[in-house]
Parts: sequence; structure tokens; C-alpha cells
Amino acid sequence: MAGLELLSDQGYRVDGRKPTELRKIQARMGVFAQADGSAYIEQGNTKALAVVYGPHEIRGSRSKCLHDRAVLNCQYSMATFSTAERKRRPHGDRKSSEMTLHLKQTFEAAILTQLYPRSQIDIYVQILQADGGNYSACVNAATLAVVDAGIPLRDYVCACSAGFVEDTPLVDLSHVEESSGGTQLSLALLPKAEHLALVEMDARLHQDHLEGLMDAATRACKDLHAVLDRVVREHLQEVS
Amino acid sequence: MRETPLSNCERQFLVQAIAEKKRLDGRQTFDYRNVKITFGTDYGCCIVDLGKTRVLAQISCELVAPKMNRPTEGILFFNLELSQMASPAFEPGRQSELVVKLNRLLERCLRNSKCIDTESLCVVSGEKVWQIRVDLHLLNHDGNIMDAASIAAITALCHFRRPDVSIQGEDVTVYTPEEQDPIPLSIHHMPICVSFSFFQQGTYLLVDPSEREERVMDGLLVIAMNKHREICTIQSSGGIMLLKDQVLRCSKIASVKVTEISELIQKALENDKKVRKEGGKFGFAESMPNQRITAYKMEVAPVDTGDIGKKTEDLIYNSEPPSEFIPSPVVCAPGTGQIGEGLQNSWGLEENEDGEEAEAEDQAMEEELQTMDVKVKSVKKEDPITLSDSEEEDVVILEPKTMKKKVNVQASSTAASKKKKKKPVH
Repeated sequence: MAGLELLSDQGYRVDGRKPTELRKIQARMGVFAQADGSAYIEQGNTKALAVVYGPHEIRGSRSKCLHDRAVLNCQYSMATFSTAERKRRPHGDRKSSEMTLHLKQTFEAAILTQLYPRSQIDIYVQILQADGGNYSACVNAATLAVVDAGIPLRDYVCACSAGFVEDTPLVDLSHVEESSGGTQLSLALLPKAEHLALVEMDARLHQDHLEGLMDAATRACKDLHAVLDRVVREHLQEVS
Repeated sequence: MRETPLSNCERQFLVQAIAEKKRLDGRQTFDYRNVKITFGTDYGCCIVDLGKTRVLAQISCELVAPKMNRPTEGILFFNLELSQMASPAFEPGRQSELVVKLNRLLERCLRNSKCIDTESLCVVSGEKVWQIRVDLHLLNHDGNIMDAASIAAITALCHFRRPDVSIQGEDVTVYTPEEQDPIPLSIHHMPICVSFSFFQQGTYLLVDPSEREERVMDGLLVIAMNKHREICTIQSSGGIMLLKDQVLRCSKIASVKVTEISELIQKALENDKKVRKEGGKFGFAESMPNQRITAYKMEVAPVDTGDIGKKTEDLIYNSEPPSEFIPSPVVCAPGTGQIGEGLQNSWGLEENEDGEEAEAEDQAMEEELQTMDVKVKSVKKEDPITLSDSEEEDVVILEPKTMKKKVNVQASSTAASKKKKKKPVH
């Protein structure tokens, strides 16, 4: 959108944040009693809910059964009221299929699936309010839900989005910043060893700026990791 | 149908070869296969061959109403189809994960990077815009569909010409190709995808994986760049963990490859333009090489047949006579000899026949040969047993030499009796 400057001269963004500042994060684990694991996260105005079932026996076709690993079944959906305009989102459309694939890929790298051969783990994520950073919110919520379910993970999976405006990397993009059509990088990181479970980038960026952008996103993921870790420890203290 | 699963030994072989930096087709780790671009007779139609992977791209356009939230921009629509002829694993109907992944990547690479100026596709704001439709069909699957598809799409878009439009006040006239030359699309830059495959949890890296290498890979990283070193898309897939340095290194390799491929595309486009201007023949039919045998004629090779008579004589004279086939008894226990396995011994018959054949051959030859053969025959009849130490013997006599004499006598007696038996048969 022309005329809306994403970065002011004083270095403030549209919602008053500094370029390297994350939005306010609030998270809750164990929201549903009947699911094996569940979590709810709010990143600014983006609200995501994740539910995990498993590991259990493979449902449906036996042919998908893997003899040495667990199969991961992910589903991503957006509520019809999640965006500014109410739109019915059929499950089979390309964008949500793509998101599903990305979620599956991310968690296949992080969950120790070798411990559960011939079984299935389900991860369902629902976006209740979409204000930018949908993928990141999903991944963060799913991480908390998997921890809540007690499924062993290699490390926390922290995801964050980053953009590039006027030679400055912006972290944790909101919907306004995303739809302006600039560069957008989504990163899913395992913080301890700095392993990237998923790298996804759209729109043009000169090669020289790539390193700076990835560094900014990595730092943001590490900050996010600190927040998620605190949430988990508080939850455990409450429960025990 | 399900595709044939890869056997474990094949998988191990491939992984080990990659660990030793060897590829099945002999390429280096960062080498691309041969890229071949051919254009059809219409504008906007092209086939790209990446090794054996073949993709067909076709561009078409039509006037439609624009989207509600973007009234001044044209519409780009991408569709990649995995045709059943590409691989027996592709089935009609069901939209598999691979199709979704490829289509989304293509859309992001070409649409989000704004390689085409969509504002120029607007005819009447809010009412009529051009919708450009890019249809890609995979004709043969030999690995790395993404790269081939992106090259095909961008080349076809560069090659395409849309009908000319003129607006006078309220009237919009769309000229047919006969009335006015169609005009090309305005393309800002050419994004090209480069695929990197990772093996052994990210230890080994290959560019442009073939179909076999794709089956054993752990994960894939696709980087789309243009020749101005701007990254258009990065996408990692498969359950691998990457490090930041790996991604940066891949982007450097990608920039080199993209420059090469962009040059190739430019050259192909220019060649086609030149051919069309000069009025030469163009199209798919022309670009396929003629592989027909127009005349089957062999040159007359001179053969020197002057001294062939003498040569054959020498040959026969110097050659060894056919080996004697002497029945060699097997010594099972001391004092016994066994010829054959208890059935009627037909060796005597064979020997005689051999002798006869030899005789027949003789008659065509010189006298010397005849005498020699007669000698052989006589040797055979008079002294049939020669338990010699010659090479033809393949029976090992286990007993010490003193026993040989006994065996000899017995064998000779049996052989002689057989000969007598055979004679009346003649």
C-alpha cells in the first residue's frame, strides 16, 4: 500500500515497535482436558490454537504405516472469522495445503519419531485471528502442545517471520507489513544448535542482505525461545 | 500404480557414491545437466529439456474482470500438471502433495517476485484486464521438476505475444494478430529456480538431482534467483536441519548457475527471433533432428584373394589335428576301472564318426593332410589307449603309477570289445 511508511524516520514501525522488537506474547498450555496435549498462543493480535493427539495406532489406511518411525498427521485451518473479510476456507485449497506440508516437515525434523514405530501423531492447528505471522504462531503453539502431550522433542521449535524495509530487517511482521508486498522470511529454528527446520522466503531480496536478515530472524527466535521456556516452566509449577 | 520401491542395496550404493563425490551420470557435484530449449510455432509455447526431464509450457491470455481488491492489475494464473506419461507413479485425479508443493513454489517464485508488470496488463481499470494463464505439463520425469518448470515458464512468458489493444474514449478495440503485430509482455526480471539436494543429514550437497538421487535424498532446498543476484524465493523441504552457512553457500552457488541459464535462455530467444524474421522454418517439428536412414549402402571393401589357396594350405598344414578322444577310465577302488556311468558307452561311436568326418574333410585338401589324418585314424584303431599326460586329460588318476598297467589292460580289452561291437552296427 503506497503512502503507509512501514518504518518512520525515528525508527518506529506502524504499531510503535522497534525493528528488532517482538510483539507481546501470551501463551497457555493444557487448554483442553480430553486432548493429549493442547496450547493456545497470542502473538500480538494473532491467535492460534494447537491440539495434539498421540502417539496412537495408525487410523485409516495401514499402508501409510512406517515400520521404523511414527507418521505425522498435520492439519492447518483458519477460522472463517479470522481475517478482516469473512471468507469460507475450504480445506483443500492450495495455501492451507502448503501450510500443512510445512508444519509436517518442521515437526518431522524436531520430534523423535524413531521412538514410536508404526504409530501416528496428530497435530491440529487452528488460527482464530490472523494478524500476520500465521505460520510462526502455528509452530509456536504446536511446540507447546507437543511438550504438553509429553512427546519427546529434540529441542523447542521457535518460528519467527522477518521482513526487509529500507535496509533494515524488521522482525515479527504484522498483517499490514506483510501485505505491503515486501520481502518476507519465515524461519523455524531449534535454538540450541541453531538448526533451521524450515526456511521460507518470498519476494525479492538482494543476496548480500540475506545474511543480515537471517541473523535478525535467528535472534528473534532465540528471544521467543526464552518466552516459551518460561511459559512451560510456569505451567509445570502450576500443575505440580 | 505405485512406483517400484528402491532396494536397500541400490540406496546404499547411491549414498556411498555420493559420499565419494561420484554421481551416476558422471557429473560433478555442482554440475547441471544439459538444458535444451525449443519453441513451437505459436508464440508462448516452449519445451525445456533438463537432461531427460521434459516440461512443456503454454501461455494463453484472455480479457476478464479484475479482482475486487486489485482493480488495476492483471491476473496471472499458474498451473503445473504432472502428466501420466511422465512417470507411472502419477495417477489421474487425486491431487498429491508433490503437485501442491510444486504449484505453490512456482506461484511464489513468479507471482510474488513481480517478474511481470501486472499494471501493464490493465485495459480498462475495474472492468477489463488481461488474464495470463501459464500451463505447464511434465512430459518426462527424470528428477528436478522444479528447475525445468521454472525455466520453461519464464522462457515461455518472454516468448509470448499478446494481442494489441487500443482505447478510444469508451471503445476498446482488440486487434487480431493479422491486423496488428502482437506485443510482448513487459518482464522486469527472470527468476530461475535452482535445486539443492542434501544427503546424510546435510553433510553432502548436490545440485540438480536426478530421479534416483531424489529418491535417496534427505531434503531439498530450492533457491530462486535472477541474474541481478536478487533472491526471489527460498524454500526448504524434507525433514532436514540446515545451518545458516549452508543456506548462504547455496545462494552463492545458485547465483553462478542462474547467470549461466539466463544466458542460455537469452540466446535461445534470440535465435528463435532471428529464424522467424528471416522467414525460416521454426517449431517443434523442425527442432527435432531427423534420424532416418536415407540410403543403406556399404562401400566396396577390397579383398585380396590372390594367394588364398596357398594361405589355406599353410593353415591346415600347421594346425593341430583334432584331439584324440580317448576313453579314460576312472579308478574308484584299486583294481577296478569305470568308463562312463554304467550306461552303454557311446564313445567308440563318436570316435569313429569323428574319424569319418576327418576323412571327408581330407578329400577336399591336399595329399599331405590326408596322410596325416590316416595316421591319426590308425593310431586310434591300433593303439586306442594312451593314458598319456597330455592336456586333454581331465581325469585325475588317484592310484600310484604301479596300478596303471592293470588299468591299461582292462581298459584296452574293454575298448577292443567295444570296437568289435560297433563294427556290425556300421
